[in-house]
Amino acid sequence: MKPHAHKTTMHLDTTGFTPNLPRRHRVGRVWLWIFQASTIVGIVVLTTLLLNIIDGAFGYAAVESKVDPDTLAVDGVPLEDLPKEELLRILKEHVSAGLYRRLENDMPFEERTRQDVYTLVLERVVEPRVVKQWSLQDSVFRSAQIKAEAASTYPKAELQFRSWVNTQFIRSPQSARAESAGVRTAILGSLWTVGIAILFAFPIGVGGAIYLEEYAADNAINRIIHTNINNLAGVPSIIYGILGLAIFVRALEPLTSGTLLGYADPTTANGRTIISAGLTLGLLILPMIIINAREAIRAVPSSLRQASYGIGATRWQTVWHHVLPNAMPGILTGTILAISRAMGETAPLVVIGASTFINQDPNGPFAKFTTLPIQIYQWTSRPQDVFRNIAAAAIIVLVLLLLSLNASAIVLRNRFSRRLD
Amino acid sequence: MAMRIQSPNTEHSLSSNGTHAIEAHNLRVYYGNFLAVKDVSLDVPRQKITALIGPSGCGKSTMLRAFNRMNELVPTARTEGEILYNAVNIYDPDIDAVEVRRHIGMVFQKPNPFPKSIYENVAWGARINGYKGNMDELVFEALRQAALWDEVKDKLTQSGLSLSGGQQQRLCIARAIAVKPDIILMDEPASALDPIATLRIEELMQELAKQYTIIVVTHNMQQAARVSDYTAFFSLDERDRAGILIEYGPTKKLFTNPEKKITEDYITGRFG
Repeated sequence: MKPHAHKTTMHLDTTGFTPNLPRRHRVGRVWLWIFQASTIVGIVVLTTLLLNIIDGAFGYAAVESKVDPDTLAVDGVPLEDLPKEELLRILKEHVSAGLYRRLENDMPFEERTRQDVYTLVLERVVEPRVVKQWSLQDSVFRSAQIKAEAASTYPKAELQFRSWVNTQFIRSPQSARAESAGVRTAILGSLWTVGIAILFAFPIGVGGAIYLEEYAADNAINRIIHTNINNLAGVPSIIYGILGLAIFVRALEPLTSGTLLGYADPTTANGRTIISAGLTLGLLILPMIIINAREAIRAVPSSLRQASYGIGATRWQTVWHHVLPNAMPGILTGTILAISRAMGETAPLVVIGASTFINQDPNGPFAKFTTLPIQIYQWTSRPQDVFRNIAAAAIIVLVLLLLSLNASAIVLRNRFSRRLD
Repeated sequence: MAMRIQSPNTEHSLSSNGTHAIEAHNLRVYYGNFLAVKDVSLDVPRQKITALIGPSGCGKSTMLRAFNRMNELVPTARTEGEILYNAVNIYDPDIDAVEVRRHIGMVFQKPNPFPKSIYENVAWGARINGYKGNMDELVFEALRQAALWDEVKDKLTQSGLSLSGGQQQRLCIARAIAVKPDIILMDEPASALDPIATLRIEELMQELAKQYTIIVVTHNMQQAARVSDYTAFFSLDERDRAGILIEYGPTKKLFTNPEKKITEDYITGRFG
């Protein structure tokens, strides 16, 4: 709609004014275009990022098995539906006696579940190997060529459209073979470290913010503290890693390794544990939480404080019953941002000493750990192509995990805001 | 606490201030280096409505807030002189401001109910002050006294913010009387309301004055003339811009036969 489509002149007295309304509207339109262009650039960048990840996480893969699983079917029952006894028989037939004994020693077959035995059969007998994989883009647009290429180059291989993110990928621990590697250990490690970081930083951060906003006098010392906290939020994360290494991994080693509390295996115990990583991430997000909580507390209208004081409430009652509940949505918004930040951090954890290869689930705060970003970083640096695909899959898992954590925090925040009005 | 504030119900007729609910003696309030209220002495009679009037910036709101030590919430504020309440100086270092505010309640210019239910708005103050009796009865009685009961009795669990402006202000009054104060300070309680809501507040004030002492700051001279029994006229000292008490007396006399020329100029609308 153009406001000047047909002009009616209003014959107004403009003495002393230059008629400049068309020019002002023009300037406005130019700025509007600039703002729209900025938005479009942002959308394009985000879309490219998403497409790039999805491109690697789905697509055709040529899978070659040492033993065709179809030949293992018994009386027409396919391999994946066979009972445990049959699976055990197949395993015993195909692997060496020495390997069978070693597996028995690791854990008696009596105690193993059917699923476990099935996995063993897949790994040791069928041994599917991805010999070549294609990106999603190629898989969609060059499907015929890929099929021809696969048939001629890998006659023994089966071409399948594969989602690299799948339940097996999420459930399996790390493995040296990309085909059977998963992110279970990394997901658990990420949840543990971020959980500890929030448990550590949230109460301290909110407590500090309450003190600085509601109690501390406006004097030089407190202004210096204020400025310093703001600056801390801008310190590069690797420096927090070095701080964490010095304090938690080295200085507090007896505590963070768990030896002091009698939890750890003394032969392998060192300070490179989940608790060290969690506390380091906690230090990293502490300034963010303090700054956000202060803003939120400051935004609580002073009329509410006055109302509370006016009927004989103490400062603490005012803070606890009125200031905090009203500031909580804002505080939680800051915490959501902090969770995202902690979840995605890689550099400080590299310094702390996250394990790059670990296939045991973390069993507590004193366990060795790896996290999703560490796992992704490690996989992308592998020479084999297949690791790029599972890195893309792990990125999708990381993004989904982040979104679900944020969503639950947002639900919590909305519940708080609804309770207030 | 060395000294306790006596409730007048238990400690009747202290000879010095039997008829005065509260007395200010040579009160000076500073904000930093700025003197906002200079040497004000004012005896406020019991169970009457006393209006504080005067031009903007003359210190009448500061004076009002001095009566329950609300000025202390401003970090730079400083108070000299004394305010006697039941023969105790509320600015005595042994007196806790929190205790003062329970006995001398306050209603603010803009209605500021808590973002809680209507019931909770009234009950909260009593609960934190350690009220032991039947909470329902207390809340219902406070709402009745504030002339709000009929309008809210069916929606006590709804948010206090869902009420209209005038209802919110009466809710704030109910909240103030639920802690059983002795004096209620009102800082332009009707200035944010429409004329009908204003009228209801004024009627309510006169009803409440049968039981409570009310001190009200108002910009509206008709309001002061309509509702108050006594009026204190404040103005600015020409030399240091400090607020001073010009004239204080029964409202009828002050509005019909003021002693000072400046009071007459103000109430006839010649300045202010």
